[in-house]
Parts: sequence; structure tokens; C-alpha cells
Amino acid sequence: MEFIRPGTKIDFIGKRKVTATLSIAAIVLSIVILLIRGGPNYGVDFSGGVLVQVRFDAARSPSEIKDALSAVQLQDSIIQEFGESGENEYLIRVRETEVELAGIGEKVSNALRAEFGAGTEIRRVEMVGPKVGKDLRQKALFAIFYALLFIAIYISGRFELKWAMSIVMAVCLVFVVYVASSFGMSITWLIFLALLVTLGLCWVLNLKYALGAIIALVHDVIITVGVFALTDREISLSIIAAFLTIVGYSLNDTIIVFDRIRENLRRFRRRPLAEVMNGSINETLSRTILTSLTTLVVVVALFVLGGGVIHDFAFAMLIGILVGTYSSIFVASPILLLWEGRAQTSARGEAGLLRRLFS
Amino acid sequence: MSKNLAWRAAGAFIVIFFSALYLVPSLRSELPSWWSALFLPQEKITLGLDLQGGMHLVLEVETPKAVESHIERIVEEIKEDLRSEKLRYLELKRVGTEEILVTLMREEDGDTFRKLARSSYPDFDFKSLPGEDERRSFTLSLQPRAKSRISKMAVDQALETIRNRIDQFGVSEPDIRPQEDNRILIQLPGVKDTERAIALIGKTALLEFKLVDEDHSVEEALDGNVPPGSEILYQVSVDPQTGRERKIPFLLEKRTVLTGEYITDARVQIDSQYNEPYVSLTFDSVGARLFEQITGENIKRRLAIVLDNKVNSAPVIQDRISGGRAQITGRFTMDEARDLAIVLRAGALPAPVKIIEERTVGPSLGKDSIEKGFKSMIIGGVLVILFMAIYYGFSGVIADVALLLNIVLIMGGLAFFGATLTLPGIAGMILTIGMSVDANVLIFERIREEVRLGKTPRTAIEGGFGKALVTILDANITTLIAALVLFQFGSGPVRGFAVTLSIGIVASLFTAIFVSRIIFDYIYVYQKVKKLSI
Repeated sequence: MEFIRPGTKIDFIGKRKVTATLSIAAIVLSIVILLIRGGPNYGVDFSGGVLVQVRFDAARSPSEIKDALSAVQLQDSIIQEFGESGENEYLIRVRETEVELAGIGEKVSNALRAEFGAGTEIRRVEMVGPKVGKDLRQKALFAIFYALLFIAIYISGRFELKWAMSIVMAVCLVFVVYVASSFGMSITWLIFLALLVTLGLCWVLNLKYALGAIIALVHDVIITVGVFALTDREISLSIIAAFLTIVGYSLNDTIIVFDRIRENLRRFRRRPLAEVMNGSINETLSRTILTSLTTLVVVVALFVLGGGVIHDFAFAMLIGILVGTYSSIFVASPILLLWEGRAQTSARGEAGLLRRLFS
Repeated sequence: MSKNLAWRAAGAFIVIFFSALYLVPSLRSELPSWWSALFLPQEKITLGLDLQGGMHLVLEVETPKAVESHIERIVEEIKEDLRSEKLRYLELKRVGTEEILVTLMREEDGDTFRKLARSSYPDFDFKSLPGEDERRSFTLSLQPRAKSRISKMAVDQALETIRNRIDQFGVSEPDIRPQEDNRILIQLPGVKDTERAIALIGKTALLEFKLVDEDHSVEEALDGNVPPGSEILYQVSVDPQTGRERKIPFLLEKRTVLTGEYITDARVQIDSQYNEPYVSLTFDSVGARLFEQITGENIKRRLAIVLDNKVNSAPVIQDRISGGRAQITGRFTMDEARDLAIVLRAGALPAPVKIIEERTVGPSLGKDSIEKGFKSMIIGGVLVILFMAIYYGFSGVIADVALLLNIVLIMGGLAFFGATLTLPGIAGMILTIGMSVDANVLIFERIREEVRLGKTPRTAIEGGFGKALVTILDANITTLIAALVLFQFGSGPVRGFAVTLSIGIVASLFTAIFVSRIIFDYIYVYQKVKKLSI
């Protein structure tokens, strides 16, 4: 049985204007939403505060819950429904305030039990003090930074087979970041800087495959974060883990396609680049769709059946896989084409210039 | 059978068999007696707190207070030294958190004091105060090295005390360990009464005996005229009916005549008259002697029992008490009395601790999470298995076998490494199911290509495996990099995810490249089946 007949020739590259517009629109939309909401919706892990997950034995309305909480001056907490409807489960979120955090969990439990009876079940309490919140933010950012670093090294080395070059790039990156950090740059800006430096170095050192791959990655992450902001989901530690996994996974796809492109470029030296790329993507299409399909099946199972706690994580993986597959087909290769096109025109331009100079 | 194939099959079989062995304890609640006799693995897979239910606490030891207390003790020591050397002083007190100010009466004593300070108090930097009094005013400042030593000792001591308390509280397999920045990590699996646990752990439990200042009036002190050497402390009582707090002020002498460090035992007893529980204390020999001395010298005065700077009671000393026993009464419930006895037995914390992180998962949520996690894994897995069989025919079935083996290998690996399975970890296993198919798909697609080019089954298989190998390794390395970074910087559930993902990737590489090949070789090369069902 085969989905994709051999000899399929879908013109992916030809559609690149449409897909580019789509991608850019999605990225701009994501950034706009993030700006409107004033940044991503950080969970207790990063912003500090208390989270209490409560299950009642009967249906309660959020206003009833707020009333119960006013007994302990916590009526300003954020209350939202959790998990499947009909389970009567709610999340109560107390943001970091001057109130002493340790013991709020207990205060909330007591107040709720006093009001709604012993059938009230406290399923989960999470309290993160300000210091720990700051620590976790740092750790998450460091994780992102180091992942970026190692992946940049690996991509440049693997794709261009210029391992020396990739070491040079890594050293430059570390150096620049070190200098910037000694000026007291915050870690978020350091990551942006590292990203820019990596892209810049790829440009300068002509690491075209690496450039395409990294841009596709950035595209994936921005859009996923944007969707999270759009649906007002919280970013917690496990969501960051999902993001990093998406990064690794999306790269898989991109590597597979690029490997084929390189193999075919070696075989068909004379054919135009666009044709070779299209051919390669079509050849690997079967595999790309299949893997994404099987991974999607399991992630959807997790999303639907996994329960409230892992729900957001599954959602992140879902979006990440969809966008990642899209970007491997429609983003990474066109960028390569763009680069090669410029290189060829500039080569022709130089050749023309030389001819005119010496004729 | 070719030797090569036989060896490979044996190798694969051994790995799988050992994984299964490590998996057994988690599947059966009772192991037969001959199992341990054969030194076979006995531990279940550790479940994370998010699956077992339990409490995760991070405490910060307020080491500045420990340093302060230390300085106070040094002040007392210096007082003794000055007395024995007959050096009279004007001022002797702690300044700020790390300094002691000493002003002697006579300038001639300056040198004696300097020698004393240099020899007996090497932890301090000795300096004269500049100005007109410089020959008799000095400051001793605590050296940074000594300060960090004291801080570290405070954390170690707090750790031991808390461990003691938790041991007596009765939690199975608690995990208590120090962390950087004067923090202590505590994990209590299966804890149900979280309020009690937190109260037990966080209580400083400093027990002090102080004499009531009968010479001055409490009211005057409350107005602002606290006599030197005395302080106001309150007795706080909560009316059980109205729930309101009542605070009764006591004027006490600052000097602590006896502390809880001399207690050898604390037990809960029931008062026969009122049927109320109280805690009876037993002092060691030194403490008993001190107690005898204090009570003997202060008959008819009141002796206040102060717990964590709150007055518990202030009974009148009727008689000299020998035999070293005292009582702490109050409107305790049985639980409160028992917990008080525990903390008094385990000892006071050297400095207050602050809870800076708490994550508690109730047991019902933990159970739900496991059930839901495994349910999605099974359903997702079955869907993938069916799909592979339909799409790739018999070869798909081979891939399915590899997938099932993957799961065995991952769980066996978790048991072998003693890693913890968390809810994100289950998600990681589920991801691996989807991703492990990738490796097989890569191989199968290559084999299909080779077949289309007209090659024989045997050649097609060889070609497919060979060409796909590099790509498979490549594709999985990036996910492995992400997993390793997550392992390094993650904690708890995220770490569990990283571990399961990493083991899963390695396992899927093993099954796709090594095990599938063996099965293929057996069927198509050894048995020489002609038609390649793929």
C-alpha cells in the first residue's frame, strides 16, 4: 500500500511565494499577539505564585469559589476550569504578591473545605517563591541557549562537512556572548544575540544549509509560541521541554530532506537547483508524511486521553509537529534556493563585471 | 544458519532478556523466594512524585540568623573571658550581623585584650576603633571564611535535624538532600497530611527557659519603658470556639537560663484530671543540675517556658526541682502534642527555615495520571501498530515487533539505571513510539526504492539498511542533543522526560538497525523467502 506513488512530482518549490507569504504572515501575527499580551503567559514556574488544583463533588461556579476565597483575602485569584468538563475541577492561581506564599496552599484548602464541605479534594498544590522562580527562568534560558549552541555546531559541521568551520563558529559565538554578558545583558537578550550571531556567521561563512535549517527552526518556535499566546495557555517548565523537543524533531525532517538534496545534487550536476530540490522533496515526501503521521497519531492520543496535567504539553507537541513538517517542506529548501540564486546572480554579476573591466 | 546471524541473534536476545528481567519486579507485587537467591533485580521502577502522590519541598536556611546567634554566643564568651582576666568594660555588644564592639574602661588593658582576642578568637579580625578612644575601643569582625563555615554548618545541622524529625514522623523513603545556596530539598512520597508535615519541618523549635522579671511592671514596659536586660514576649492562645487570638504580654529577663539542647527525651502524657495531652521533658545530667540550681535559687519566682519566642506557660517555682523533669502544657490536640514531642526530641533548628518551593500532588491525581498516561500510550501504540501492518505488510509487522521490544527496553532501562518515571516521562515514551517508527520507515522506503530498481530481496535489504543507516543516526542525534540539554538543566518531571526520551532513542536505534535486520535476514536470507512483503 502506498500513499505517494513513486514518480510523484508536486511542484513544492514553485509554490514558494504563496507559502512564504503564509509563513511570514503567521510569524508577524505571532509577534503581534505576543506584543498585545505583553509577553508569553508565564506559569507559576517562572513568575512565582501559588497554583491549587481543586476537585469539587458538585458543580460550583467560579463566583462561588471567589466568595469562599474572600474569607482568606484571596478573592482576586484567577480561577479557571481544568480538564474535562463535568469533572468539576478548577485551577486557582494566586500571583506573586506581598502575601506570604508559604502556607497559601493550606489557607486555600481550608477555606474551600470550610465552605464546600469535606468532599472538596485538593488534587495538587504548586508554590514557587520569587527566588526559585528566577532560578527556573535562568535555567530554562540556559537550556535554550546551550541547545542552540550545540545544534548550531552540529548543523554546520554535519551539513557543510566543515567541522573546523563549525568549531570556529562555536568559538565566535561563545566569545561574543561572553563579552555581552559581562556587560550585564539579560539572558533573554543574550539568546537573541546568539541567534543573530549564528545566522550572521552562517551568512558570512557561506554555510547555506545551516542557514536554511536554523531559519526553519526559528520559524517553528515563533509560531508555536504565538499559538500558545493566542490560546492563552501557560508556559511552564514542561512546555519549554516540549519546545526543545520540537526543535530536535523538526531538525530531523530538515536533515533528511537536505541529505537527499545533496545526494541528488552530486548525481545530477547539470540540472537546475529548483528541479533537483523539488525532486528530492518528492522522493522523501513519503517518509516525511509517514513519520509525521505516526508521531501525530500518538500525540493526538495523548492530547485527547492523557488528562489535564499533560494536556498543554501534548498541545505544544501537536502544533510543533504540524508546523515542523510544514517548515521542512516549504521553508528550509526555498531559503536554500534563495541563497543559491543570489550566489549565482552575484557570480554572474562578478563575471560580467570582470568581462567589462577587461574587454 | 550463518555464524554471523547466530551471534547477532544471540546478542539481541541477551539484551532483550535482561531488560525483561529488570522489568519483572515492577509488574508483579510479590517475587518468588528463589528470585532474590539468584541475585536477580528486585527494585520496582521508581515513580516520580507526580505519579505517586507526595510532597516536594525546597527550604532555605536563613544562615544570617545562624551567624547572629553565633556572634551572640561569642559575646557571652568574651564576657566570661573579660571577667576572668579582670578587664572591666564599658560596652560589649554585637553590632550589625558580623561585628562585636568592645570598649574597655582602662587604656592599659588594651594590650592584654588584644593578645586575648588574637589567641582565643582567631575567626575574627581585630581592629581598633579610630578616634580618641582608639586605645580602648575595638571591633572584632567575623572573617568571611569563618562566616561561610558557620553558614555551612548551620545547613548541615538543619539537614540532620529535619531528617531526624521526618524519620520520627514516619514517611517511607524520604529523600532529603542539600542544594546550593543554603537550600535543602525534601521529597516525601505518599505524604497525606501535608499541613502537619510542613509544620513539623518548618518549626524552629527553639525551647528556652527564662525568668519572669518580677521587679518591673509589664504595663510600663508596654508603654515603651523596657528595662535593660529584659524583653516582652507574648503568650498566644487561640480560643477554640471563636477562633480568635489572645495575646498576653510577659516581661521576661533576656538571659536564657536553660535551653532545649539539654533535653534527652520528650513524651506525650495524658493529664488524668482534664484528660488533656501534655509533653513531659526529661533533661540530661548537666541539664538536670542546671534546672535544680535555677529552681533552687529562684523559689516563688515564675519561670517562663518559651517556645520559638512565644511564651508557653510561666508556672511559679514552688520548690527546688531535682530529677530533671518539666512539663509543657497547653490546649494541645493529640497530633499537636505528638509533633511537639518529635521536634523537641530531634532538636531545634540552628536558624529559621523558609519554604521557597512546594509541589504537592494528591494520591488520587497521581493514580489518574498513570492511568491516563498508559491508556493513551496503549491506544496510540495500537493505532500505530495497525497502521504499520496495513501500510507495509509483513515488514510492517516486523517493525511492530521492534516497537514492542522498544517499550520493554525502555522500561527495563529505567529500572536498570534507577531512573524515575514521571508523567512527562510517559509522554516521552509515547513520543518514542511515534519516532521509532521513523527509523523503520526510512529503511523500508529505501528497500522499496531498491526493489523498484529491480534488485533481489536480499540485495534490496542490504542496500536499504546500508543507505538508511547514516540518515537514521543523523536524524536521532538532534533529538538526543535536545534531551541531554534538558537533562542537564531540568529538574524533577522534566528530567524524567529527558531520561525516557534518551533511553527511547537509543532503544529505537538498537531495535531498528540491529534487531529488525536480524529478523529480515532470518526470513529472507536464511529461509530464502522469495517475495518481499513490504
